Amino acid sequence: MLAYTLKRLGLALLVALTVSVVSFMLIRMSGDPAIALAGENASAQEIEFVRRHYGLDRPLAVQYLDWAGRAIKGDFGESSYFKQPVRAIIGHRIGVTMTLGICALGFAVILSIPMGILAAIRPNTWLDRLALTVSVMGQAMPSFWFGLIMIIALGVWLRWLPISGSDSWRHFVMPTIALGYYATPAFMRLTRAGMLEVLASDYIRTARAKGLRWGKVLFKHALRNAVIPVVSLAAVQFGFMLGGSVIIESVFALHGIGFLAWESIARNDLPVVQAIVLMLSLIYVVLTLVSDLLNAILDPRLRVK
Amino acid sequence: MRTRWSRLALAGLAVMLAATLIAGPAWAGKKDDTLNIALEKELENVDRYFNTAREGIVFARHVYDNLLYRDPVTYEYKGLLAESYKWVDDTTMELVLRKGVKFHNGASFSADDVVYMLNWVSNPDNKVLQQRYVNWIKECVKLDDYKVRILLKEPFPAALEFLSGANPIYPKDYYAKVGPKGFGMKPIGTGPYKCVELEAGKKYVLVKNEDYFAGSPKGKPSIGKIVWRTMPEMNTKLAELMTGSLDWIWLVPPDQAEKLAKMPNISVIAAETMRIGFLMMDAADRTGKEQGMKNPFKDIRVRQAINHAINRAAISRNLVGGQSRVICSTCFPTQFGCTQDVVKYDYNPEKAKKLLAEAGYPDGFEFDFYGYRDRPYAEAMVGDLQAVGIRAKLNIMQYSALRERIRAGKVQLVFYTWGSYSINDVSASAGYFFEGESEDMARDPQVIEWLRKGDTSIDPALRKDVYGKALKRIAEQAYWAPLFTYVSNNCFSKDLDFTPYPDAVPRFFMAKWK
Repeated sequence: MLAYTLKRLGLALLVALTVSVVSFMLIRMSGDPAIALAGENASAQEIEFVRRHYGLDRPLAVQYLDWAGRAIKGDFGESSYFKQPVRAIIGHRIGVTMTLGICALGFAVILSIPMGILAAIRPNTWLDRLALTVSVMGQAMPSFWFGLIMIIALGVWLRWLPISGSDSWRHFVMPTIALGYYATPAFMRLTRAGMLEVLASDYIRTARAKGLRWGKVLFKHALRNAVIPVVSLAAVQFGFMLGGSVIIESVFALHGIGFLAWESIARNDLPVVQAIVLMLSLIYVVLTLVSDLLNAILDPRLRVK
Repeated sequence: MRTRWSRLALAGLAVMLAATLIAGPAWAGKKDDTLNIALEKELENVDRYFNTAREGIVFARHVYDNLLYRDPVTYEYKGLLAESYKWVDDTTMELVLRKGVKFHNGASFSADDVVYMLNWVSNPDNKVLQQRYVNWIKECVKLDDYKVRILLKEPFPAALEFLSGANPIYPKDYYAKVGPKGFGMKPIGTGPYKCVELEAGKKYVLVKNEDYFAGSPKGKPSIGKIVWRTMPEMNTKLAELMTGSLDWIWLVPPDQAEKLAKMPNISVIAAETMRIGFLMMDAADRTGKEQGMKNPFKDIRVRQAINHAINRAAISRNLVGGQSRVICSTCFPTQFGCTQDVVKYDYNPEKAKKLLAEAGYPDGFEFDFYGYRDRPYAEAMVGDLQAVGIRAKLNIMQYSALRERIRAGKVQLVFYTWGSYSINDVSASAGYFFEGESEDMARDPQVIEWLRKGDTSIDPALRKDVYGKALKRIAEQAYWAPLFTYVSNNCFSKDLDFTPYPDAVPRFFMAKWK
């Protein structure tokens, strides 16, 4: 297990390094940061001043090392728009995005795993079809559109839920459903497929033949094995949700990281964009690592490979 | 097993029921004297000298005061923090300040605050974002506790405009202590509203300043509390307005405003704004000389033909709607020096065809029609041009990218709009576009000379005269095809008594509950 963990950790570090280099270079290529920093009506002279002042005239490699060196210590520089430390701005807004991501993932799992199980124990019946329809609808509908439909139905007509903002848990209900519903089909299908495969296997027959209760066979023996790929998927989906909440955050006026990233791109606020890209990709890398390790715990065969 | 399931189901039902019961109380408004508004952009800093968005102007008008106040109806300059002003000579203005005014933190307002602020912001080292707001000030000197003189670098007629619109006065000691960053987190002014809660870029809570000075031309505020949220998504704002969680929104697209107008609890005013729409053409022939392109627009007859070909009245009436009107001159009608007494080009496709034939294009020509917003208007114009044989290929680009293209001299015709920064003076419209700067597509030396003369004189008669000459020549030469004024759809609760003005700065300090 130790060797496996170290190997995975090394790989994750390599990926993180690559991501940081690529994101740094891509952002530099997307436009001249000196022009962005100098502002809209800056003269050529002012732009030159900014270029020298911020060290943007140095070779890219030097700039990268300088930036990465500070980033490791948690210093992402100052936002060129807000003129405040990037770390403070992100720290201020990450809570909303994390809350939304966790709730949405929870919602997707709670909705899709039972549906997947139901569909697997009654395959090719109306129940299976219904579960499939419900979940596929989630993927077929663009999330912003679904968000707006909910706003009209639950916010305007029924007035059950507040439409925008992040003041209370009730404000998170609609965004959670909108963001989480999109991920349900993947979870549902994976659970269904996993359960079908496991339920057809010999050890389940043996378990049933021993006279164990159906519920116990289902949850203790079958689900544990069927759910392994779902764990990896959950990690990937969580990364998706953090990055993909851009649209949902703007529809429901939640001032989180996604919204900040979107606005920062429009404002050419490179230090913020760079920090968010790095942070989200690091979260992604960490999640993948965690899911690998979790899988290894759940399935000892993986450790040997 | 069965009981456990039924218990779970019961609990679920209870939660749903509770959610229904808890829901609802968010709708505020008239009942609790709270005006809920939503605007679009996140402000980088609420310090007016360190932001550029319109939201910054709106915030400043409520929380701070300027030395002067421009009446939104008569455009007359009145005293605000200054009781009166007079020009001592071309470059010296003397102001008598109001006594007994207090800042929100209790400090008394006096000449020291004015002298400190104007000298601080006009010092380039302090890097105020919009330098043109302050770079005309040479120095501000104190004569006594309630009298100051502002010395100008050169005669600058827009001084009154900036003193009334752009340069708020903050408390000296506090600002010197906290600086722009600290001030941005806890702003203090003398204005009709105090900012009591601030979540940077996201939410501001303003409460009525009960001690607001009686002589202010802004009047005493009536509404007790304003909750201002930043919401970019129009559909969300519409839903919040319909449910009563918001009391006021603006910039609503016409089709949606039309639907809102039919709702019993919502008022819609399509108020005219200072923004004008127009076509600019490459009369200076930069695309020909610098880019080697074939440029029909260097011929005055082609530019006149374009002016005759566009049915601006139809676009203004049917697409823009509301209070929009057709303009013939390259400025907003109320702006100082803006005359409509210029050559007018009626909608006349036959005449356009004739002019094109005379210019050597009996079968028209093909060119790239650039724009950055309002695609339906642009498409209507492309259709009008098609009718006289001109084949326009529509290119809608991002504003910043398009502006770069214009500055580089690579654009032959562009559908542009301009809001003059809400400044009621021709120097902010025609002056911006025809003084030989990077976006001047005509570069007419005679026009440049007249406009510059107007910009640097404080004699109103002389300014009117030279601006009039410049505008007449611009129209004769058909450098632009001026089109129409824009409107902003202000949509708000029927309970609210609110009046929008063309400078597109909502004045909630003048609003009341009905």
